[in-house]
Amino acid sequence: MSELVKRVEWTPLLFSVGLGCLLLPLFLALPFGNSPMVAGEMIQQAAQGVQGAVVDSVGAANLVTSVVLAYRGLDTLGELAILFAAATGAGMVLQSGSAALHQNTKMHKHIDSEINLGELFDSAATMLTPLLLLVGVYIILHGHLTPGGGFQGGVVVAVALFLPSWARNGGGQLSHKVISRIEGGAGASFIVIGLVALWQGDPFLTPWLAQGELGELFSAGTLPLLYLMVGLKVGAELAALLKYLAIDEQVQS
Amino acid sequence: MLGIILYSGAVALIVIGIAGLVRSTHLFRAVLALVIAESGANLLLMLAGFRLGGAVPIATEGSFPLAMVDPVPQAMVLTAIVIGVGIQALAIALLVRVKQRYGTLERSKVTAAMELELNK
Repeated sequence: MSELVKRVEWTPLLFSVGLGCLLLPLFLALPFGNSPMVAGEMIQQAAQGVQGAVVDSVGAANLVTSVVLAYRGLDTLGELAILFAAATGAGMVLQSGSAALHQNTKMHKHIDSEINLGELFDSAATMLTPLLLLVGVYIILHGHLTPGGGFQGGVVVAVALFLPSWARNGGGQLSHKVISRIEGGAGASFIVIGLVALWQGDPFLTPWLAQGELGELFSAGTLPLLYLMVGLKVGAELAALLKYLAIDEQVQS
Repeated sequence: MLGIILYSGAVALIVIGIAGLVRSTHLFRAVLALVIAESGANLLLMLAGFRLGGAVPIATEGSFPLAMVDPVPQAMVLTAIVIGVGIQALAIALLVRVKQRYGTLERSKVTAAMELELNK
């Protein structure tokens, strides 16, 4: 018993219990189930077409999307910047040291032919890739109508981009040039769509184009376009990240 | 009652994550603890926007539900999850490098090796 008492580190344990005791009463004081929604109320009224609503309606069937891309569009741009910084940082960390190793390995053995995951895996990847791309693009393009959108669909697209090259040769063949072009182009288009709104006299990233009929695929103005750009950017970034990690593992082995 | 259970669960996730972050001896487990704490924070945000009897904030057949949950925290959590993925990837990349350089991810050994290098 005394052995056990000695082995437990008391300071971190005390710290976490104290933190829990501080946080819990704070959150229990919040109203549950009927919390006030100030901004949410405005958005809801605008969407339901109530007269004299404080904000303008965006025309997206999925209100979460209208918050992400229209009411908080600038935050989403900042968040894309964070994701970009994280992906770049991971790429820098992983690439700097492995370049020398990479050269070394390449000299006596061609790196691409080293890992063979088998025919079953290869065929499965070939069959799954178009399906994954289809699902990913579907999720991205219906982001303003159904749950989903650029971030979720982008992850699926990233897997679709990465899977075939991973199945064949450990992720080495995914062209870095193409990926960075897609990423840069998508990011720039996002900003350009925002700048056009500025040019039309509205605040930055205000949705323009016709709002169309609620629930149609071509509705909600520029929101589907913005989500498409987000999806491409997220997909390219995550695929690049997976590629860095895969190459690194390959160099190590 | 339901509120107490749900809020306690979210706070417990945060506490477990932070406790793991503080006292884990393996660096990879520290990253996993961070993930747990993050999901607790996300759950808290979702709970803050939850309304009893509220429907999803999505229009079906051309009209919005009269009572719906708050869409703003949901949008925030959506962004938080993506940022979390980015941070985890960065952390894992750093761990890969640490492992390559020092051959271990034990916190005490890595710290000792780093201090040795710094004092050289």
